[in-house]
Amino acid sequence: MRFTELTKMGRFVITSELGPPKGFHIEKALHESEIVWPYVHAINVTDNQSSVMRLGGLAVCKMLKDKGIEPVFQVTCRDRNRLALQSDILSAALFGIENMLLLTGDHTTLGDHKDAKPVFDLDSVSLAHMVKKMEEGKDLAGNLLDGEPPKFCKGAVVSPCSEPLEPQLFKMEKKIKAGIEFFQTQAVYEADKFEKFMKRVKEFGVPVYVGIVVLKSAGMAKFMNENVAGIHVPENLIEELKKDKEKTKSGQTGVEIAARLIKELKPLCQGAHIMPLGWDDKVPKILELSGIKAEK
Amino acid sequence: MLITEVKKKENILPFIKGKALFIVCLGCKEVYFPEKEYLMLKAELKTAGVDINNEIKLDYLCNEDYTKDRFAIHKNEINCAETVIVFSCGVGVQVFSGLLPDKKVIPGCDSLYVPGFSGFTPSSYDCGQCGECVIGITAGICPVKSCSKGLLNGQCGGAKKGKCEVSKNKDCGWEKIFNRMAALKENDGKLKSTIKIRNYNK
Repeated sequence: MRFTELTKMGRFVITSELGPPKGFHIEKALHESEIVWPYVHAINVTDNQSSVMRLGGLAVCKMLKDKGIEPVFQVTCRDRNRLALQSDILSAALFGIENMLLLTGDHTTLGDHKDAKPVFDLDSVSLAHMVKKMEEGKDLAGNLLDGEPPKFCKGAVVSPCSEPLEPQLFKMEKKIKAGIEFFQTQAVYEADKFEKFMKRVKEFGVPVYVGIVVLKSAGMAKFMNENVAGIHVPENLIEELKKDKEKTKSGQTGVEIAARLIKELKPLCQGAHIMPLGWDDKVPKILELSGIKAEK
Repeated sequence: MLITEVKKKENILPFIKGKALFIVCLGCKEVYFPEKEYLMLKAELKTAGVDINNEIKLDYLCNEDYTKDRFAIHKNEINCAETVIVFSCGVGVQVFSGLLPDKKVIPGCDSLYVPGFSGFTPSSYDCGQCGECVIGITAGICPVKSCSKGLLNGQCGGAKKGKCEVSKNKDCGWEKIFNRMAALKENDGKLKSTIKIRNYNK
């Protein structure tokens, strides 16, 4: 179901994330998705995540759809020009995909094909504008589409703990003007910062689903603090990860922190987007601990 | 070699506030400057009510050191202008804008790419010769060249501590744009309301 409809019905929208494998064997990924599915409204399928070449997101979305699992088709502007993007978006409509997440994408030099040509013919804003035009029955060049136009629920991302925040708010507003209907956020670890952000964006009237990245180790938290934009893991959480090494290694600490964050942030927003980064099997536990189950 | 094309009246007029100073770069032998079209535009802007306070004709605006020296000579004209419109290639206008952090500097020309050797003055500023110069709404900083992804609609989510996701040694171009806009107390309304899509056919 479209996220906007779920939000209108007052449901707290819960999503997880699946990174397609580097190869075409997806039995493991599908199996993990089947375990996660009863707990979530949809599963995001990433698009060559971190600029690392992987199996195509559209194909994986179709496989999920065939299993009765609701996918969120993530589309970035890094690898395709406007023709290829529109073509894939029409293909998504053919497969009955309803929810999309439209992003600019990481730069090619961050991934495993550093010498590739970065495309960025469009960006997240113009991509949203283009999908809106397609929904109105025209392609970006203004040519008419045959038959009934496609209809999607269009999402984008925002980084609530970014410093400075102004450029993020500017772009968020621009995305909404371009037709964006929901936001999934970068990982949040600080409730006070997120609360301030939510106060600022309340007037936009667009649902925000808070991003939760499961912490695997103190090293990972420190690495993100140093290198990942818009993420700050506070010292007390790093201490908690350090305290019981065995518990952290088994994933229990990360699960507990994620569950606590969801519980704490739930009253502030309209949903949560869990990014397990390979720890997909821990998503049910996180949601059970947080006391939230996707009401479908 | 590159060609500059004078912008249309309607693409300049909304950006001009108060007393205007026109800087014209009669260039170098690498850049063709459309003098006749410039004179026509100047007359049109005058008719539209633009207060052309002064006009200064220079050359080799792209050469930062050389342009700095000329600043001293024309200090008074520059000081009393509220908007500076630079008719030059994209490098020239950025050099000028960089020397005037507190002033609104807008481009009067679009720079178009022509195959072959383009320009010869090494500069810390770069012009993508996109043919649709936007730096009038991006505080004099070119997003095509200063953003690693050439984004036209604002910052991506990849900047950390003011640096680009591509390298910790590279400033985030969009953060520079926002900082300069804040320093100039420039309203971001125009930037917010325009969804820019680059025309690669130019």
